[in-house]
Amino acid sequence: MAAPRHHILSVLVENKAGVLARVSSLFARRGFNIYSLAVAPTDDDRFSRITIVVDVESTPLEQVTKQLFKLINVVKISELDPASAVEREMMILTVKAEPGTRGQVIELVDVFQGRIVDVGHDELTIELAGPPSKLDDFEDLMRAYGIVALQRTGRVALPKLERTAHGLPKSGMRPLGKVG
Amino acid sequence: MKLNGGQALIKSLEMEGVEVMFGLPGGAILPVYDPIIDSPIRHILVRHEQGAGHMAEGYAHATGRPGVAMVTSGPGATNIVTPLADAMMDSIPIVVITGQVPSAAIGTDAFQECDIIGVTRSITKHNELITSAQDIPRVIHEAFHIATTGRPGPVLVDIPKDIVDPNNPNSAMDWYWPDSIDLPGYKPTVKGHPRMIREAAKLIAESRRPVIYAGGGILKARAAEALRELAELTGISVVTTLMARGAFPDSHPLCLGMPGMHGNYTAITSMQESDLLIALGSRFDDRVTGKVGAFAPGAKIIHVDVDPAELGKVRRPDVPIVGDCQSVIVELIREVRELGAQPDRAEWDAQLKAWQAQFPLHYDQGWGEGDALKPQFCIEQLRDGSPEDTIVVSGVGQHQMWSSQFWRFNHPYTWINSGGLGTMGFAVPAAIGAKVGMPGRTVWAIDGDGCFQMTAQELVTASAERIPVKVAILNNAYLGMVRQWQELFYEERYSEVYLSPDLPDYKMWAEAMGCVGMRVEHPDEVAPAIEKANAIDDRPVVIDFRVDWTEKVYPMVAAGTSNSNVILGPEMGQGGH
Ligand SMILES: Cc1ncc(C[n+]2csc(CCOP(=O)(O)OP(=O)(O)O)c2C)c(N)n1
Ligand SMILES: [Mg+2]
Repeated sequence: MAAPRHHILSVLVENKAGVLARVSSLFARRGFNIYSLAVAPTDDDRFSRITIVVDVESTPLEQVTKQLFKLINVVKISELDPASAVEREMMILTVKAEPGTRGQVIELVDVFQGRIVDVGHDELTIELAGPPSKLDDFEDLMRAYGIVALQRTGRVALPKLERTAHGLPKSGMRPLGKVG
Repeated sequence: MKLNGGQALIKSLEMEGVEVMFGLPGGAILPVYDPIIDSPIRHILVRHEQGAGHMAEGYAHATGRPGVAMVTSGPGATNIVTPLADAMMDSIPIVVITGQVPSAAIGTDAFQECDIIGVTRSITKHNELITSAQDIPRVIHEAFHIATTGRPGPVLVDIPKDIVDPNNPNSAMDWYWPDSIDLPGYKPTVKGHPRMIREAAKLIAESRRPVIYAGGGILKARAAEALRELAELTGISVVTTLMARGAFPDSHPLCLGMPGMHGNYTAITSMQESDLLIALGSRFDDRVTGKVGAFAPGAKIIHVDVDPAELGKVRRPDVPIVGDCQSVIVELIREVRELGAQPDRAEWDAQLKAWQAQFPLHYDQGWGEGDALKPQFCIEQLRDGSPEDTIVVSGVGQHQMWSSQFWRFNHPYTWINSGGLGTMGFAVPAAIGAKVGMPGRTVWAIDGDGCFQMTAQELVTASAERIPVKVAILNNAYLGMVRQWQELFYEERYSEVYLSPDLPDYKMWAEAMGCVGMRVEHPDEVAPAIEKANAIDDRPVVIDFRVDWTEKVYPMVAAGTSNSNVILGPEMGQGGH
């Protein structure tokens, strides 16, 4: 069996009660675990965008996306190819920072271009945004100092812009339109 | 105009053209029942909410118009869950209105509270909790639109009591009727892609062994006439699935009848051996395909469906066409005409005829002393003794398969059954709904003894409301279909399938419910009893046919095996004897 890989779905939905439950239950029904999920209203507040990252084979995913389309409140679905998408995520974490290690932690925050947003007696709370892999790396490094609490937002994504000869950006998002 | 929410709801149903609704009141829906007294809508009071749901389905099946059911919160709502799932599986347009506890009490485990929106999310095409009285006309209008367009299906609308209760200020609303629908995420495709339709016509013109695989979508799209024109134009034979019986006349020389697990040999084998399957509103259900990997191995596939999620779900089509069957078939006919003559398929047609002659459906009704009454014989007698356009409604089990096999369906919308969900207890209430929708037609429910016991109480409804349906119970004293599997696949270990032929006494039970009750035990009593039943038009009739409990449904393709292994009868071994 081929290794499952990340798929990023960008789902435009009506901004209504219960829509998230409808969307997520289509994954749950098949036992697909949602790896990360981010929801917020778009610039048009009648609509929200749900960014879903799932690890599944392409074929069953195609069936799920077709069924997502059938939800009355789903307006549009696009699949983003991770290779041609800009993915970003944000994390805040509280880490142990006793006098002996505080300097090292601050140095790493600096290297990762994070920000210290709260300072306690022997702990720091740090904010870091960026590609998910960068957050993973930072999390690994902080583990040595003792992570007290950590929260990640789940990723949001947009297609990378291609430049045509005329310099006009062309969307790399693959709209999953109707078949036929 | 100022109305309260309850009045607005009933008025919205009137605006949708609803003539009849099925239901049963209770606390949370009480305020909506009050304005029914002043409404021209006929309300049929059921004895169990499951009955209301199946009646709405039967009504929708028979008339093509959406069926409507209304029930209270909590247990009323959960009782109608099965019909919702049934309508979802068979794409039946129904609108179900459930009462809900007052808005402020939702989520508090209030008396008769149930999160029916959560419960029915995956078994409705759409559901919605109305949160303001002002939204009632819009949501009801959308509900009917969603239920009846695209791939039809059930829609549930949940209404908290406070927004319909005239004593509550939350129920005040200014009446309006929406003149349009604003559903940005719902735009079903009707017209097929012209290039794909041209491709389909080309495949047809190249094909030597084509078969039209007609499904329930033909009936939903009201495309039976178009289908007939396509078949006659191309000379291609047609199989009609369990959901499509009647979509193409059984009497037509091109009709091959029902394929699938209990289909006839020719229908099954024609698909297996075909080089092109033209799937029209069918969905490659496992009961049709048998083992998917071994299904129709040499066939190219043209798949037409209004639901894009069906294309490629089971078998990847060579030519996928999203669209309404009626519109696509009409376009396809045009393309086929343009391409000109069809190839010579005399050899294939001769093969089909040869199979039909060699492997007809069969059973033996003995007439000697002690020969048991055969269920298939009862069905044939019913068929021959009833009007040509009789509507037949069945339960689920052996009697369902025999009904589909042995009736001759020559008109669309004369066969109503629970195909996808396989809901025992469907027949009696669905027959009542069909009769309400088509009062001028004879409606026969052909039911099993097991099924009958699940929803028979609705015959009280039928008597009280003067809905003269007729019920033939093929009483084999068993959960026969399960017994058949135990006999064939579980070494005749009959676990929990015996019901008894005379407990209950069906004749007395029928009479207690205000029906005429009859009992038939011998073959020569069958025709006279049917004649008598068909002459009764002022009340329901129930005939208890005491049939041979050893009879099994053949042909059969065992679950999960290839459709190339059709078991024709007990003589072929495989556990039968
Ligand atoms: C609600 C429900 N429960 C269980 C089943 C499983 N089942 C399928 S057919 C059948 C037997 C039906 O018995 P009966 O109505 O007597 O019909 P017969 O097969 O004897 O003709 C059963 C139990 C079902 N389809 N539906
Ligand atoms: Mg039985």
